[in-house]
Amino acid sequence: MKPTFLADLRAALPAHALLVEAEALRPYECDGLSAYRQVPLAVCLPETLEQAQAVLRACRAHRVPVVARGAGTGLSGGALPLADGVILSLARFDRIVAIDPDNRVARVQPGVRNLAISEAAAPYGLYYAPDPSSQIACSIGGNVAENSGGVHCLKYGLTVHNLLALKVLTLDGELLELGDCTRPGALDAPGYDLLALMTGSEGLLGIVVEVAVRLLVRPERAQVVLAAFDSVEAAGAAVAAVIGAGILPAGLEMMDNPAIRAAEDFVHAGYPVDAAAILLCELDGTNAEVSEQIMAVRAVLVEAGAREVRTAEDDAQRMKFWAGRKGAFPAVGRISPDYYCMDGTIPRRQLAFVLKRIAELSERYGLRVANVFHAGDGNLHPLILFDANRAGELEHAEAFGTDILKLCVEVGGTVTGEHGIGVEKLDASCSQFSPEELAQFHAIKAAFDPDGLLNPGKAVPTLHRCAELGRMHVHGGALPFPELPRF
Amino acid sequence: MEDVLIGRVRQAIADGMPLRIRGGGSKAFYGRHCDGAALDLSAHRGVIAYDPAELVITARAGTPLAEIESLLADDGQMLPFEPPHFSSRATLGGMVAAGLSGPRRPWVGSVRDAVLGIKLLNGRGEVLRLGGQVMKNVAGYDLSRLMAGALGTLGVLLEVSLKVLPRPAEELTLAFELDAERAAARLRQWGRQPLPVSATLIHAGRLHLRLSGSAQGVRAARQMLGGEPSDAAIWQDVREHTLAFFQTPRPLWRISLPPAAPDLNLPGEQLSEWGGALRWLASDLAGEALRRRVTAAGGHATLFRHHDGRGEVFQPLAPPLFALHRRVKQALDPHGLFNPGRMYEGL
Repeated sequence: MKPTFLADLRAALPAHALLVEAEALRPYECDGLSAYRQVPLAVCLPETLEQAQAVLRACRAHRVPVVARGAGTGLSGGALPLADGVILSLARFDRIVAIDPDNRVARVQPGVRNLAISEAAAPYGLYYAPDPSSQIACSIGGNVAENSGGVHCLKYGLTVHNLLALKVLTLDGELLELGDCTRPGALDAPGYDLLALMTGSEGLLGIVVEVAVRLLVRPERAQVVLAAFDSVEAAGAAVAAVIGAGILPAGLEMMDNPAIRAAEDFVHAGYPVDAAAILLCELDGTNAEVSEQIMAVRAVLVEAGAREVRTAEDDAQRMKFWAGRKGAFPAVGRISPDYYCMDGTIPRRQLAFVLKRIAELSERYGLRVANVFHAGDGNLHPLILFDANRAGELEHAEAFGTDILKLCVEVGGTVTGEHGIGVEKLDASCSQFSPEELAQFHAIKAAFDPDGLLNPGKAVPTLHRCAELGRMHVHGGALPFPELPRF
Repeated sequence: MEDVLIGRVRQAIADGMPLRIRGGGSKAFYGRHCDGAALDLSAHRGVIAYDPAELVITARAGTPLAEIESLLADDGQMLPFEPPHFSSRATLGGMVAAGLSGPRRPWVGSVRDAVLGIKLLNGRGEVLRLGGQVMKNVAGYDLSRLMAGALGTLGVLLEVSLKVLPRPAEELTLAFELDAERAAARLRQWGRQPLPVSATLIHAGRLHLRLSGSAQGVRAARQMLGGEPSDAAIWQDVREHTLAFFQTPRPLWRISLPPAAPDLNLPGEQLSEWGGALRWLASDLAGEALRRRVTAAGGHATLFRHHDGRGEVFQPLAPPLFALHRRVKQALDPHGLFNPGRMYEGL
């Protein structure tokens, strides 16, 4: 690190808010995607807006890249440090500024944990809806950067649908207000919807320093139905039948047999381990509404060929049903030395086809797969099981994963539903975008960050990278499965 | 048809002549005056894909909104945000460009919330596919939602994919005799309770409330709330501005506020929707004075109807934010071809 840059950082921050020693930097070398590691030049932990602005100005003056970091739980390497860059941690921006129950709004700093918002709102009978599985640890700033989802997106939306306003710092330290973050509650703002554009931009367009989120009234009642099926096709058809019946579940999740077995061994949720697939369907609303919908859903599931339909008897059993699903990733972690989690989204009608193809690929690569699926919104998480200690197996798993993501694009879906591109899916995203589309993204980046120093190299692959891969633009050209319906 | 549109844009680039994008002309009154040769999208029409089980519809931008809504209704589904048409000629593309949502918006989201993907013709004459046809998609910057409410200043919408929802099994409209102040207090109280409310209106000494949900859910809420059943046609009247309130020669303001913001006691006639978050005001009050008071309460004001289209129709932006708007415009429309000045002067 240049001594002049270090001097500027020291001037910007109190001594305890600047880490430069190798030992102190080590915990920051990766985020939730630990396969990629890199120690940064320095870690800055500003406590005030002024300190954050001073860090950014120093970085701009010395042309040093800045990688923003929340809780470091991201799954695509979005917060992976750069060797010649600093980490700007928002961990100390951890204050809940205000809860306004009449306007049903929370004003929070970006380092506040997702679940802490719902906890603070609970005394008012309110909560924050998006619930990524890491919600006890992940920060709201990171949720904004990744446009995080969760298991209730079909009914309650992603992060972008639950934000009201943001305060954002640009690289030159300018504070932008997208919506009114100080007196939040209005449902729209004048001008372009830059709030939507900023959400999910993976730290490439600006640094989020304050967030106003919408709170919802906690439903009077939530109830879960578990249905077991003898084939994944039947389970997939049941999902379509539930939606087709005009029911909008709060959550609709599917697990295949390997995932069911792993979860049952781990959590003892009471899952039927011999089922080919299970569906978990959560209904929420008023008491009367939930009672009526449970009856309707049970009828639809039986009609769709479920061999067993169980309604959670009480809240404890409901939590148990969910514990199995929410613990599916660590459960798979117990049956395999390593696993690689994919995050494609597909049109639901393609589910059976995609699972069949994944099974074929699994055989071809000689690697096992467990599938968990946000069935309500088509977001598929195949977990590829491998052993990193065996030579070449990580690369093998990655190649398998890339094939799965290409498949998702080919059937009309996307390479990432909620985890982001980060560094992990840069190559895979080449198959989703044309050169013109990528160039457009880079132009947008330049509009926000003309110096190109905010998390450079993440989220949007360079044209050069995609051209080298020879994997550009599957969707507009000749497709490997011309028989598939798509639009 | 797409080729014709691409050709028109490329020609406009070569000639350096701006274009005025037009769907059905139903919202031509909305926004500022803008010059340019008309680029008519109304012939670029037709539904491309609709599978009710996917809850997604994809159609060309010139498709009449009425056609889309009737197709959805045949399968018991709807555009959740209840967009205003303002004319039978309203199109899908115009709906997204205007970004206006109707009575159900606070409970199920806005037009922008429902946009999943678009096919866009940008100012370089390139066709881009942004977003997709699936519920969850975080690949690439979210440029499709950016188009909602951008009034066509960033590109020509060619196709739009939207999330749709099942229609509620049961709906019931209730009316309560309450003055505006007591009605607002009632809504604040009910807003903290788990009730299946899907629309509100405070107008002319009455509070109107719509309940939506399962038959039993609506019935239970009705028993709890009281009130008298009333005509559901009121929602269409308020959405389409056919209610007598809107037949005013005075400037009509659309004021967006935090729902619990107190009555600003602005001179003129007022009507309130969206649980208090949307207030319409017919008033001769000068724009600057009005906006000062609205801003102080956390909101913004749009001069919606009855103006000459030359002034500040939309709330002026802080200088750094406006500078960023210009750079975003430049990134998508580098020659400044599309609807110049429709939103702000110099944009």
